Amino acid sequence: MSTGQSRKYKVIGTRPVRHDGVDKVTGRAKYGADVRLTGMLYAAMLRSPHAHARIKRIDTSKAAAVPGVRAVVTSADLPEQGDRIVELGEGAANMPHLSSNILARDKVLYRGHAVAAVAADNIHIAEEAVKLIQVEYEILPPEMDVVKAMRSGASILHDDLRTEFASPSSGDSGPTNVAKQYLFEKGDVAAGFSRSEVVVEREFDTATVHQGYIEPHNATALWNPDGKITVWMSTQGAFSARQQTAEVLRVPVSSVKVVPMEIGGGFGGKIPIYLPPVAAVLSRKSGRPVKLVMQRADVFEATGPTPGSHIRLKMGVSKDGKIQAAEAWMAFEAGAYPGSPVGMACMCVFACYDIPNGRIEGYDVCVNRPRTFAYRAPGSTHVAFAIESVIDEICQKIGIDPAEFRLKNGAREGTRRVDGPTFPRVGMVETVEAIKNSAHYRTPLTGKNRGRGIASGFWFNVGLKSSVTATVNNDGTVSLVEGSTDIGGTRTSIAMQLAETLGIAAEDVNPTVADTDSVGYTDITGGSRVTFATGIAAVEAAKEIQRQLVERAALLWDCDPKAACYVDGGVQGPDGKRIGFKELAEKLHLTGGAVIGNGTSSAAQQGGAFGTHCVDLEVDPDTGKVQILRYTIAQDAGTAIHPSYVEGQMQGGVVQGIGWALNEEYFYDEQGSMRNATFLDYRMPTTYDVPMIDTIIVEVPDPAHPYGVRGVGEVPICPPPAAIANAIRAAVGVRMRELPMSPPRLLAEILKAQTK
Amino acid sequence: MHAFDYQAPTTLREALELLSKPQQSARPLAGGTDLIDQMRVGRLTPEVVIDIKKIAELNALRVDSGGLHLGAAVPCYRICSERAIIDDYSALVDSCRIIGGVQIQSRASLGGNLCNSGPAGDSIPSLIALQATCLIAGPQGTREVPVESFCTGPGKNVLRTGELLIELRMPRRAPHSGSHYRRMIPRNEMDIAVVGVGASVQLDATGKTIVAARLALGAVAPTPLYAESASQLLAGQPVSDALIAKAAQAAREIVKPISDMRGTAEYRVHVTGVLVQRALQAAIVRARGEACDYRPGH
Repeated sequence: MSTGQSRKYKVIGTRPVRHDGVDKVTGRAKYGADVRLTGMLYAAMLRSPHAHARIKRIDTSKAAAVPGVRAVVTSADLPEQGDRIVELGEGAANMPHLSSNILARDKVLYRGHAVAAVAADNIHIAEEAVKLIQVEYEILPPEMDVVKAMRSGASILHDDLRTEFASPSSGDSGPTNVAKQYLFEKGDVAAGFSRSEVVVEREFDTATVHQGYIEPHNATALWNPDGKITVWMSTQGAFSARQQTAEVLRVPVSSVKVVPMEIGGGFGGKIPIYLPPVAAVLSRKSGRPVKLVMQRADVFEATGPTPGSHIRLKMGVSKDGKIQAAEAWMAFEAGAYPGSPVGMACMCVFACYDIPNGRIEGYDVCVNRPRTFAYRAPGSTHVAFAIESVIDEICQKIGIDPAEFRLKNGAREGTRRVDGPTFPRVGMVETVEAIKNSAHYRTPLTGKNRGRGIASGFWFNVGLKSSVTATVNNDGTVSLVEGSTDIGGTRTSIAMQLAETLGIAAEDVNPTVADTDSVGYTDITGGSRVTFATGIAAVEAAKEIQRQLVERAALLWDCDPKAACYVDGGVQGPDGKRIGFKELAEKLHLTGGAVIGNGTSSAAQQGGAFGTHCVDLEVDPDTGKVQILRYTIAQDAGTAIHPSYVEGQMQGGVVQGIGWALNEEYFYDEQGSMRNATFLDYRMPTTYDVPMIDTIIVEVPDPAHPYGVRGVGEVPICPPPAAIANAIRAAVGVRMRELPMSPPRLLAEILKAQTK
Repeated sequence: MHAFDYQAPTTLREALELLSKPQQSARPLAGGTDLIDQMRVGRLTPEVVIDIKKIAELNALRVDSGGLHLGAAVPCYRICSERAIIDDYSALVDSCRIIGGVQIQSRASLGGNLCNSGPAGDSIPSLIALQATCLIAGPQGTREVPVESFCTGPGKNVLRTGELLIELRMPRRAPHSGSHYRRMIPRNEMDIAVVGVGASVQLDATGKTIVAARLALGAVAPTPLYAESASQLLAGQPVSDALIAKAAQAAREIVKPISDMRGTAEYRVHVTGVLVQRALQAAIVRARGEACDYRPGH
């Protein structure tokens, strides 16, 4: 359902069939694993069996001698990077780190770290040959825990790493695993706490969790003798993948072409690259195209999950239920190389509320786990678990309804965040109101061991850069070429904005996701930005088409273009003249040929997205197992372009959040080996584990977008762990502060409470 | 994956000859749902894979006066759709319905589940509770082994080189009998047992007293266990919550679980007792001829 405004649009807000639907449901859509080129070789990788070790020697001679093996590579085949830092659009990359994550250079820093690769006539030869590569390791003690890795005397991952302190006067840290400190302050925290009648301070732990996309990473590369490199791959950003590949190989960016194939899920995990430079170097050495596809265990062990974290959070509230002060300290696992989302977590932790006095301190810490990368609202779910749990406890203590508390303290237009920025018009309180007014919240929950919880969440959403090219066809349709890879139905949501602006049907737009030589620069599909920013580019392209069509009509009518204008899917001229889009399109050949509209977007900034969730669940007090009974999500979508896809994003985020809450975690042994690198033992929810997720689309238009779009993809994952923890407390009286709230952990808490 | 030979004999004799060829590692293939994955990840590297699905004896499924005869290669779906098994050997159906999904159940066999000898194999506690005997053929002829003695450790069993599991035999069920298997999994499907319990009870004609019972436990020791003393203390006793709790406690005392990614040892000990109670209660309800309220996974 939707609380939206009355429909003022013809296309926006409708639910057309997605343009790529038939290909997807008939299995004809081409994914990276479907790439087959003449003479193509298959490659396999050798990965580290150790979590932390120095590489003393690599001997590839036995593998190279196997019949059918065409090339073997190690990090010696990748160029040296020095200490280069490269801007990648969505952030800077430390090149030696990026390169040695792709093929380990001096040390292996996590189990599964790639060490070497073999290309052979078939995958079986490659897999058997890889086993013949001999690597001599000097095994070092692994640091697996974020807090322990911060202590002095910890095993050091990078000898040259020094802490980048928030204040430059903090001096030299000496060798450390702590890469960076973040610090944000607002107001007078001590005074705020002294004004508070209720102060709650708690500590929280969250586990490393993976995006769990179904399609493993893949890349097929051809390095032509003329120096041109083509990569076919699954990626969230063809241009980012192109630049990363070019920088790792130290070739001009224009000599690499990335062809983005269909993508079987990304959720942030397909922004970094792992395989293209390896496949490219194998191709250069063998003279043949080379295909490299990860196994599921490689995906778990050696791609970028979201970090585990330790968070301490303190909040003070006056008797009237107003927040007076809040403080958070957090340490996030960066994994093998610096770069956890702790900075974003710091900016999200208090974002849902008006905090007059606040202090936030965060640390990015290297541990012997895979280098973490983005996962749907990176960092925000961790901190939502902490703050929304503390707020629930405060509500319980002062006897205030948790929805009322959020209405009283929720962020609004003009609220200044602790980290600085002031919110434009946002929909936080509207999502709380939507939950409060929902049939779900108004229906009392009955039954033993059952409980209800609510929680809110925030995610920034980004703008960044997008390009599209739209060509009017003679039959009155438009071919739309875009650079944003489609992971959430964005072909259709962008086409709909173009159609709305031109006054034509969504079905009359044919969207295509193009390779990096065929469309203008476009940043990654991430940050909930595509429907927003690529949508703006499509609107710009449509306006350009409108302008050209007005000129064409003026030519037909022999009048001044200034006397004509584009209205309701056609051009209107003097004396009541009018020509429709289709009719004008038929006459393009008579009026000067093709009409092509280009559109770009680069400066727009989103206002931010909020959601509030309500969950009912039942706990089996004898086994600690939780069944989700009912779940409702209210989220501000600004303007829902295609409500089905908005609902799909909301439901998908909730399901991933439920998995994170209840069972998902990287389980390591003492040696730092992941023991559950399979979908059997890394337990994501199945359809049997979640009820239908009810959705309420709240529409508070974002003033930064011509149709009011807000990104919807990420924020739905933030509240579920907290909402579920709050509901568990209501059901059985124990408060869980460690994720996942798996049956063994929950039962232990229940039994502990019973013996008290 | 390494290169290997594939053979598909149509007679038992041929299969046994292939299995006992010297200097060649061989592995029988029934449904292959364990074997193929273990070969894919390189845990097993047999030189020859012997498909046993084309051998008549291994596909036999019949209930006669002697009880249930179950060929070692019979896939789960056939067991689930056999009326006599649904009525009298319900625990087997409970097991077969939760081994994988529909596709897996169409291929996977109980013989394979047993020979894989995983401590958490979902059919093994049911087979123990139903007093199954393994019929094994080999170069020296055939022999019989009670199913509770079949597994000797994780992935290990009593089969010697050249031997093949032919059939599982379960005695005819007494009147007023009922059985049940359930497991604890963190999700509701697609999971491996953290604890599994098989229970079989025979009641007297009044339905109020237990004549005999057999309890078996999975995933709580290196092999599935027959909970002998817990089973025996039930015999001859009137059904009561206290009696069932006593059996649960006796079962808890024999388990030797490990802590791993699927659960802690303490958790498994506790849940053993919980599931013994629930499995016994369901088996008793079934023995009384009533339908038990059981949703797999819950």
